[in-house]
Amino acid sequence: MHPSRLNETAGQGSTAASSQEMRELSYAQAINVALAEEMERDERIILLGEDIGAYGGVFRVTQGLQERFGTHRVLDTPISEAGFLGCAVGAAMCGLRPVVEIMYVDFTGVAMDQIINQAAKLAYVSGGQVRVPLVIRTQQGARPGAAAQHAQCFEAIFAHIPGLRVVTPATPRDARGLLKAAIRCDDPVVFLEHKLLYSTTGLVPLAEEVIPLGRASLVRSGKDVSLFSYAAMLPVVMEAADRLAEMGVSAEVVDVRSLAPLDEETLLSSIRRTNRALIVHEAWRRGGLGAEIAALLQERAFDYLDAPVARVAACDVPKPFSPAFDAFYLPTVEKVVQAVLTLLR
Amino acid sequence: MQWSVEKLLKLYRLMFLIRTFEERCLRLSYQGQIAGSIHLCVGQEAVAVGAAEALQEEDLTVTTYRGHGHVLARGVDPYRAFAEMLGRRSGLCGGKGGSMHLTAVAQGVLPPNSIVAAGLPIATGVALAQRYLRRTSVVLCTFGEGALNQGAAHEALNLAAIWDLPVIFLCENNGYAEMTPAYSMIKGESFAARVRAYGIATYEVDGMDVCAVAEGTMQAVEQARAGQGPIFIEARTYRFLGHYQADPGTAYRSAEEVQRWRARDPLKLLRARLCEQQVDTERMLTALEEEVKAYLEECERRALADPWPEAEVLTEGVYASIQA
Repeated sequence: MHPSRLNETAGQGSTAASSQEMRELSYAQAINVALAEEMERDERIILLGEDIGAYGGVFRVTQGLQERFGTHRVLDTPISEAGFLGCAVGAAMCGLRPVVEIMYVDFTGVAMDQIINQAAKLAYVSGGQVRVPLVIRTQQGARPGAAAQHAQCFEAIFAHIPGLRVVTPATPRDARGLLKAAIRCDDPVVFLEHKLLYSTTGLVPLAEEVIPLGRASLVRSGKDVSLFSYAAMLPVVMEAADRLAEMGVSAEVVDVRSLAPLDEETLLSSIRRTNRALIVHEAWRRGGLGAEIAALLQERAFDYLDAPVARVAACDVPKPFSPAFDAFYLPTVEKVVQAVLTLLR
Repeated sequence: MQWSVEKLLKLYRLMFLIRTFEERCLRLSYQGQIAGSIHLCVGQEAVAVGAAEALQEEDLTVTTYRGHGHVLARGVDPYRAFAEMLGRRSGLCGGKGGSMHLTAVAQGVLPPNSIVAAGLPIATGVALAQRYLRRTSVVLCTFGEGALNQGAAHEALNLAAIWDLPVIFLCENNGYAEMTPAYSMIKGESFAARVRAYGIATYEVDGMDVCAVAEGTMQAVEQARAGQGPIFIEARTYRFLGHYQADPGTAYRSAEEVQRWRARDPLKLLRARLCEQQVDTERMLTALEEEVKAYLEECERRALADPWPEAEVLTEGVYASIQA
């Protein structure tokens, strides 16, 4: 993987000016910076989560924030996801802007009622009498040695629920800019980080940059095929695009990044240029976001398609432990290249 | 505590209004005018009215699908509540919430919940926000005893305790978790004992006696407002009707048991107390009942005549706005 390559182009479509001072940050640091900047700007923002205070978070994302902003704004919670997520929903309804950290996306399982039945619904069922400006930060995805309950990708579950916004950044710059937008948004936002990306680095503007939710990013232009992907699959897809270029295939790469609501226009305009599409995600294939994107393309761009829309995704099994399984279970550069070659045949 | 006749009459009127509202809803349901399930609080009016009596205007209520009483007790317009029950555009939530989500933020009623125990964690956050924003409001969180077998309730009680949050957890123990006897679902005989284990002070009150509920809640509100942390109140009460409109409530309860509780009807108890206190009350109460009946009849009639929501509003309000 070469995540640093993404940083040269990521952030397109953002509000930033091009001539600006940059600094190099890791993905984890970029999130930390976004939290600190927003907390500085708006006193209504509080953080809740397990081990996020003095310890600084299991992935070190909240390091230093409790020291800087105090224990009343950075609250260590018991291991009670349903409890503190519900607490955040209540606080959000009454004037605060909580950012909750759920250590692993897998743990949202015990708090799903508060996400699906409460956060997503209360604004609507109350006829707009309340709003739930809540950010649920969590991280997902596989890493070697992670087994079935610490390696899943749940974006399709959240994206299925009206009332939730779902965002997943692939670069430090997007992580900072999108998190700031998520915090300023008056809706509940599920902000999906990826554990493999935390240590990756990239350039982030020194100046304020808020990257709007709901917009995909064209990270590489091409004319033969559109590769739609996001989060930790983006580096895989970029490497595949390089290999394809060596074979004379020009692949366009779009970082979907805002998964709900989806930026339909950017995806459609890409397919109208290339006429072929491959969707690559780390979540399971069955009922995944790829199915949604494929349906969108055939519903709204059927006449532009020169081949069936294809998908590369995780195998539909629980993530097995042994690292020996990883290449079989996960999408790889080789699988992406082969899928594109099949599309072009 | 001394209760003036004037105050008691006010409480009686509210309890009678809730009783009548619920009976009208049941009739509307049987007539097919109200769609879906409704969960009525007939028999439990003293809990709602007593608890609301202890609150100030700025205090907040987080209640449940059996919460029509708690909603009306905060002074919510019964016409708009009927309209919501009937799915009309003029309803409290524009017809998007219905029976289980009668929300009235202007009266301090946050969205009531139809997931058992979901309101307890939410109430802790509502209380956290009050303290953070340096408001003096307290939160009344109501639920049935069945909620105390949900994990989320225990997580919330623990959070409220460790953070000393100003929440009054009001448990309406009506003896049945839907159709199942409450005490067959816990070991031992005390819900309050479980809550004390979290370090929360508990009171038990007679839920059929509006004054007892009000006095207990006032004490709890005072403590919570003074920053002494959450309080748990168990109000022993009874649901005169079934779990919902399709359940007559007879399959799992003996007629004798229902009769025994009906003899302690909260309206009857308060009527007796009023008659003891003042001679000519009987006539006053009858006049008051006639006034409430006519008022609710008019509210219902207006709501029934209101238009349905238009298709355009279906997709409104799912998101606050599209981000700039």
